Amino acid sequence: MQHFDGNSLAGPLADFFAFDITTTNARCNGCGNVSELARAMVYRSDAGTVVRCDSCDHVLATLVEAGDRAWIGFSGVSAIEVRRS
Amino acid sequence: MSDASSLATDASEAATPAAPVRTVPRAGWHTATVVAVHRETPTASRLELDVDGWPGNAAGQHLDVRLTAPDGYTATRSYSIASSGPSSRVVLAVDKLPDGEVSPFLVDEVRTGDLLEVHGPLGAFFVWEPDGRRSLSPAGRVRPVQLVAGGSGVVPLFAMAQAHAAADDLTPFRMLYSVRTPDDVYFADELMALAAASDAFRLDLVYTRRTPDGWPTPPGRIMREALAAAVIPAADRPLVYVCGSTGFVEQVASWLIELGHDAQSIRTERFGGT
Repeated sequence: MQHFDGNSLAGPLADFFAFDITTTNARCNGCGNVSELARAMVYRSDAGTVVRCDSCDHVLATLVEAGDRAWIGFSGVSAIEVRRS
Repeated sequence: MSDASSLATDASEAATPAAPVRTVPRAGWHTATVVAVHRETPTASRLELDVDGWPGNAAGQHLDVRLTAPDGYTATRSYSIASSGPSSRVVLAVDKLPDGEVSPFLVDEVRTGDLLEVHGPLGAFFVWEPDGRRSLSPAGRVRPVQLVAGGSGVVPLFAMAQAHAAADDLTPFRMLYSVRTPDDVYFADELMALAAASDAFRLDLVYTRRTPDGWPTPPGRIMREALAAAVIPAADRPLVYVCGSTGFVEQVASWLIELGHDAQSIRTERFGGT
């Protein structure tokens, strides 16, 4: 399955967050690596989007969209760093 | 890579040195009018859009194009923006994927006056912005910029090179552009003009299938040694932007790290494919 990277999350997630989340640092539950979501690996299918850690391949987040609803899970992220502007 | 504790420390330490806080314009959905279309390469078209309500964009950002069929089916794809600045005019260069759902329409069917639904500007990570520096800082304080493009991955990097020139920014810029044949070079005239106009921008082309007549090296994929010879050395601590197919980007990035470049100083954008 071909993959993309976290840059491609900017559009799908712009509708749900008030800031560009791709530059946000996230800590992986699997290996503890901290890096920008833009550096994560992104796998897409008709069922949804899976975001994986670029260091250990652990699932960081999932996005499923159907009609007027979306399910966003951050099952593999223990913390994110959000900057106050 | 940062260690796990950095999230709990001061924000300025946790941040990547290459990532100053940027205030990119807020994304939104907009109606774009196609104002010009022309053939860019045998497989790609350049589209100039006038986007209603567009807040401008930084060099390297992308937008999503959403097409809606009469039955309500939608298909959305991301495209890098070849232009930057406050204008509502946005330039795209789209390569046709033979079995794609969106690109064949954008390359072969779209006409001047057509309307498109676009979402953007998107992405604040794969971005370069001039800092208005018109003279070089003392030696060692300016980090040069290396751009590495594979095929249509040149689009956001062209936007950066053009923004660099437009701002009279003297940061040393070098672009390594891997492309199949001379006919497949995007923005060929513009890139040659940028390279001719400024000592601060250098262009290196690698042809993978066919070279121009008299080219000094035979066609072939770029290899590690050729990459090492054509990029700004790691010792000069360049910021590196790599864009292309997933395979190209991951190969180049892994070689750059082997060559001593700091992983945090390499920014990548993968557009899938092979």
